[in-house]
Amino acid sequence: MSDLLRVENLTTWLATESGIVTAVDDVSFSVRAGRTLALVGESGSGKSMTCSSIMRLLPGNGRIAGGRVLFEGEDLLAKSPAGMEAIRGRKIGMIVQDPMTSLNPLLDVEDQVGEVFKYHLGDRSRRLRRPKVVDVLSRVHIPAAEKRLGSYPHEFSGGMRQRVAIALNIACAPKLLIADEPTTALDVTVQQQILALLRELQRGTGMAIILVTHDLHTVQRFCDEVAIMYAGRIVEQGPVSEIFARPAHPYTQGLLRALPQLGSQEERLPLIPGQPPSLSSLPPGCRFAPRCPRATDLCRTEYPDWMATSGETRRSACWYADEVLG
Amino acid sequence: MLEAPSPDGPVLRRTGAKDRTLATSAAQRSSRWLTSLQVWVAVILLVIVFGSALLAAFVAPYDPNEIGLDKALQAPSVQHWFGTDQLGRDVLSRVIWGGQVSLLIAACAVALAGAFGTLLGLVAGYFGGAVDRAVMWIADVQFSLPAVILALVLVGAVGPSFANIVIVLTLANWARFARVIRSEALSLKSRDFVLLAKLGGASPLRIIAHHILPNVLGTFIVLATLDVGLIIILEATLSFLGLGVQPPDPSWGTMIADGRGYLERAWWISVCPGLALMATVLSGNLLGDTLRDRLNPIQRRRW
Amino acid sequence: MSAFLSVRDLRKTFPVSRGLLQKAELLHAVAGISFDVPAGTTFGLVGESGSGKTTTAKMVMGADEPTSGEIVIDGRDIARHDKTERFAFRRLLQPVLQDPYSALSPRMRVDRIIDEPLRIHRIYPSTKARAERVAYLLDAVGLPPSAAQRYPNEMSGGQRQRVAIARALALEPRLLVLDEPVSALDVSIQAQILNLLRDLQDRLGLTYLLISHDLAVIGFMSTQVGVLYLGRFVEVGSKETILSDARHPYSLALIASASPDVNAAPVSGEIPSPLSPPSGCVFHTRCPFARDRCRQEPPSLRQLKPNHLVACHFAETIRLETNNA
Repeated sequence: MSDLLRVENLTTWLATESGIVTAVDDVSFSVRAGRTLALVGESGSGKSMTCSSIMRLLPGNGRIAGGRVLFEGEDLLAKSPAGMEAIRGRKIGMIVQDPMTSLNPLLDVEDQVGEVFKYHLGDRSRRLRRPKVVDVLSRVHIPAAEKRLGSYPHEFSGGMRQRVAIALNIACAPKLLIADEPTTALDVTVQQQILALLRELQRGTGMAIILVTHDLHTVQRFCDEVAIMYAGRIVEQGPVSEIFARPAHPYTQGLLRALPQLGSQEERLPLIPGQPPSLSSLPPGCRFAPRCPRATDLCRTEYPDWMATSGETRRSACWYADEVLG
Repeated sequence: MLEAPSPDGPVLRRTGAKDRTLATSAAQRSSRWLTSLQVWVAVILLVIVFGSALLAAFVAPYDPNEIGLDKALQAPSVQHWFGTDQLGRDVLSRVIWGGQVSLLIAACAVALAGAFGTLLGLVAGYFGGAVDRAVMWIADVQFSLPAVILALVLVGAVGPSFANIVIVLTLANWARFARVIRSEALSLKSRDFVLLAKLGGASPLRIIAHHILPNVLGTFIVLATLDVGLIIILEATLSFLGLGVQPPDPSWGTMIADGRGYLERAWWISVCPGLALMATVLSGNLLGDTLRDRLNPIQRRRW
Repeated sequence: MSAFLSVRDLRKTFPVSRGLLQKAELLHAVAGISFDVPAGTTFGLVGESGSGKTTTAKMVMGADEPTSGEIVIDGRDIARHDKTERFAFRRLLQPVLQDPYSALSPRMRVDRIIDEPLRIHRIYPSTKARAERVAYLLDAVGLPPSAAQRYPNEMSGGQRQRVAIARALALEPRLLVLDEPVSALDVSIQAQILNLLRDLQDRLGLTYLLISHDLAVIGFMSTQVGVLYLGRFVEVGSKETILSDARHPYSLALIASASPDVNAAPVSGEIPSPLSPPSGCVFHTRCPFARDRCRQEPPSLRQLKPNHLVACHFAETIRLETNNA
C-alpha cells in the first residue's frame, strides 16, 4: 500500500534569542492510511515543530529550510497559501493539547462546528447544516448532542471540549489527523476515553493519525509505528511492538527504563543522566553522545548513519544499534 | 512535559491562518529595521537635549537673560542660530537654559510621582481588600480631575515656585503608576514564589521588597519614560499660563507664550522652543514604546 | 511507630455563588478524610482534577484553613499554634510545588533564592556560613556550585525543580509536601527528580506527603497510598495492596489506565461536579458494576484486611467481576 503522507528530509529553522537553530533536522517518515504514527520526544525535541511544518503553521520566527512533504503525492511545501487552506481542516485535521485555545469562546457549538461545513463544503443554510452538526457531534459521543448545540466552550468539561475539537476536525472526513498532545491536559480516565474515541473514528473512516506525545504508555497502547525524536532529529523509528520490546537506540532504551512501572519494587529508576542539549549548542557527532553510556570517540565526532535493523521495517541512528539490540 | 500550546493556535478555519514558509516576510524585516532606526533617532535626540541642558553653562552661546534691544527680533542667522526675541535675547541660549529648567522639573516630578504611585500600587495590589479599595478610589478621583485644572487650582492657591510646581505635577501624575503597578502586583501575588515565601514565614514587607518590587521595575521604567513627556507638556502648559516658571527665567512654556504676540513677524521665538519640546516628548515616547516591547515579551516560549 | 503527620476528618467547603441573587452553594472540596504518615515514610495521595488532593495539600502546608478537622504535625495541632510556634513550625514543613517556572522568583539569583529562608529565620547569621550552606544544598540536589550565580531563566525545568528542592531543604525540614513535583517535567528528567527525592528521604529521614495524578509516580515513591475521588477516600492501603490487590472500581480504573494493557476498557464519563455529588456511592455514575444499592446507600470506608480500607459495598467480589467482564 502506498503512503498517504511522506515526509522527506524536512528541515525547519527557528530564529531564537541565541541565533538561528535547526528545530527539525532532516526528518523523514511516512504514514499509511488507517495507521497511527507516534512522534515521541521530550520538550524541544522538535516533534510539535514537525507537525507545524507539515501544516505550514509555523510561528513567525520559524521557516522551513528544506525537504518535501508529500501528501497524496503532492508536495505541500510547494502549495500556494490558498491551496494550503483548502487542505487544512478538510483533508488534514489537527487537534491540540488545550482545546480552549482552538475553540472560539464566543461561538456556540452549533456555529463552531457549522463553520467547517460552511467554509469547506459550502453549506450556507444554518437550518440545513444542523442535522450534519448533530450527526458529527454524536459521532464523537457528546451525549444528547442536539440539546448541547447552544452551549459555549466554557460550559464543557476538558474532555467534552476535546471531543468538540475532534468533531470540528473530522467533520470533513480528513484523510489524516494530526493530534498534538491531545490528552496531556486531561485526567487519566478521560485520556483513555479520548484515545478510544480516536481509535473508533479511525476504524470507521480509515484515516491516518499522527500522534505527538511524550507519554510512552500511550504510544504502546495506541500506535502502530513510532518515531523517536531527540534534539531535532529522529533517532529511531519502526513498529511500536518491536521497538518497545527491543529498542535499538540507547536513548529509546533509557526512556523505556526510566518510566516508573506499576508494581515494580525498584528502589531507583535507571535514568538517563544529564539533560537534552540546547539546540543552539549541539554537540558534534551524535547528539545523545554526552548522555550515552555507550558513547565512543566515533559517536562524539560523527553523526551516525541510519542503521537498518531487522530488515527494512525499522532503523536506528546509532553506530552500535546492533549491540544495543543485543 | 507540559508544553506551551503551539503559539499559532492551530484553528483550522480559513480565517487567520498564518502562512509562513520559505520566505521571511519582507514587511517583517523592514519593520524591525524601522524600529531600530526609531530607537537611534530617539536616543540621539535625547542625548543632545539632556546633554545641552546639563551643560547649559558651557554650551549656551550667550547669557539667556542678556537684553540687547538693538538686536531685538533678529531672524535666525550665523550669530543667532535660533534668532533673537523681542528683547534681543538669544533664543538658542534660552531654549538650552529653558530645557534645563523644564527637564529638571520633569525629572523631579516623575521620580516623586513614580515612587509615590509605585509604593501605593504595591501596597494596594499586595494587601487587597479595604486598602486596595481606598487607594484605587483616590486614584479614580485624581483621574477624574483634569490635570491642568488641578494644577491651576493648586498653583493658584499656593503660588508658583519650583517646589510647588514639582508637587503639583506629582499630584497630577501618581495615579497612573499606582494603577498599573497595582495590577502587576496583583498578578505576581498569585505566583508560587510568593506563596512559598509566605509559607516560609516572610513578612509582607519582605515579600513586597524582595519578590514583587524587582519584578515590576521593568514596567516602572517604561511608565516613567513615557511619563516624562507628559509632565514636560504639563509643565509647559502651566508656564504658558503664567503659573509655572516665572520670568525672567526661561522655560519652554513661557518662551512659547512670550512669542505668541510676535508670531507673524518673528515665528522663531515660539517655534524653536516648541520644536525642542516636541522632539523631547516624541523621543521619550518612542523609547518608552520600544522598552515596553522589549521588557514585556508577551510570552516566553519554552519548546 | 507514631505518626509524624496525622490528619483527622479534614474538611474544606467553599461557598460558590452563582449569580447575584442566588444563594451561595457549598462546594465540598474535601469531605472528611483521615490518614497518618509515620516518620520517614511517604503517603501518596492520588486522584484526578476535582478530587480534592491539591486542597488537602494546601491545608497541610498551611496555605489554606480547614473548615473542620485536625492536622497534627509532630504531635501538635497546627491550628492551635500561637504566632511564635507557627513561625518555628515553618521550619518543620516545606512545600515543593508543581510548576518550577512559577516557584522561583524570576529576578532573584539562585543563591539568594536558596538562602532566603535562612535569612528569614536568622539561622546561619554570617554571609560565609550561608554561602557554605547554599553550596552544600546545591551539591545535595545534584547541581554544580556555579549554579549559585545563575538566574532561574537560564535554567531548564529539571534544574529549576532542583533549586526549588534545595530551597525547601534549606531549613532542615522534616516533612515535605510534594504537590505534583514532576508532572511539569520531561520523562527522563522526571526519573532524575524522583530518584533524587528518594535519595534525600533515605539520607535525611524525611517524611513525604506526595500528591500526584500519576499512579506510576505514586507507586514508585509511596509507602502508603490513598485514592481520592470527589474529596473522599475510596481506598487506602499499602502501596503493594493498592497496586496488586485494589478492590475499588475507581482504583482499578486508574491502574488500568496506567498499564500498557491494550485491552483495558476505559471508565465512562467524567468526574461529577462537587457542587452536586451523586447520591449513594459518589462513583456509581461511572462504575461499571454499580447496582441499586450503590445508588442509594453511600458505602463507608471499611476495613477489608489490616491496613486496607475500601469504600465499596462489593469490595469482596469486585475482582471476580472484573475478570469475568
